[in-house]
Amino acid sequence: MVPLWMYLVVAATLFCIGVFTVLSRRNGVAVLMGIELMLNAVNINLVAFWRYNTTIADMTTPLPSELNGMVFAAFLFVVAAAEAAVGLAIIITVYRNRRSVIPEEADTLRG
Amino acid sequence: MQFDFSTIAFFIFSLIAISGALGVATNRNLFRGIIWLIVSLFGVAGLFVLLSAPFLAAVQILVYIGAIAILFTFAVMLTRSLTRLTDRFNRLWPSAIVSGLFFVLLVVGVIWPVWGSTNAYDVPASDVVRTTVDLGVVLLAGEGFVLPFEVASLLLTAAMIGAIVIARDADEEEERQ
Repeated sequence: MVPLWMYLVVAATLFCIGVFTVLSRRNGVAVLMGIELMLNAVNINLVAFWRYNTTIADMTTPLPSELNGMVFAAFLFVVAAAEAAVGLAIIITVYRNRRSVIPEEADTLRG
Repeated sequence: MQFDFSTIAFFIFSLIAISGALGVATNRNLFRGIIWLIVSLFGVAGLFVLLSAPFLAAVQILVYIGAIAILFTFAVMLTRSLTRLTDRFNRLWPSAIVSGLFFVLLVVGVIWPVWGSTNAYDVPASDVVRTTVDLGVVLLAGEGFVLPFEVASLLLTAAMIGAIVIARDADEEEERQ
């Protein structure tokens, strides 16, 4: 098994690539793809910390704290799915109204 | 650190995940970007397997690759005509510098001093791992995560209704009436 910090470095790399995608791409769909990359990096961190930090007690009924990393990651899946659905719906609506998927051109609310 | 099978698999899956992410970040063609996103998500699923979370790996492939990537494909097809498939970068070098500095800060400032300099985390804390059955028990146990579980299902329902309401074509509905 590799030590914990290797997983953390991989997750940090994925997260920074996601940050770069969000900051640099002009297309709204690509920005959402960068957000998905960042959520995935967070998921790796959660599961890795759970695996390297939890000592399993010798009981048949599991304690909730023995599984919290996996449970958090599962909830993150839910949040990511909801975020992708709503975000892409917003992008499709903006495209329908303004014929553009570039976030900077959706400036109706700018004062 | 000895070079056994899991170490080699870790490097392979990390390489897959990171190169897929780089493909997402740099590819001008959005369709190819989605393919690279699928590659990256597959690598992350492999890392989940190595971390003894096979259920999460299966969910990663089913939900991310099977649903979210297809959703992205549909969004690209609905918003871009095929002639304007490529897009340009915006503020390329400032964002590259910012994210690179952020990476250096994370690795040098946080990861290495806290978790790298000690040998305490070289091996997992326990040889035994809780299985998917235990995950189900904990998710639905009263003293466990049953309330967040219900809130998550409520969030999914709200997101589904919200996505339908937002993406519905209001003009088309009026014309039909």
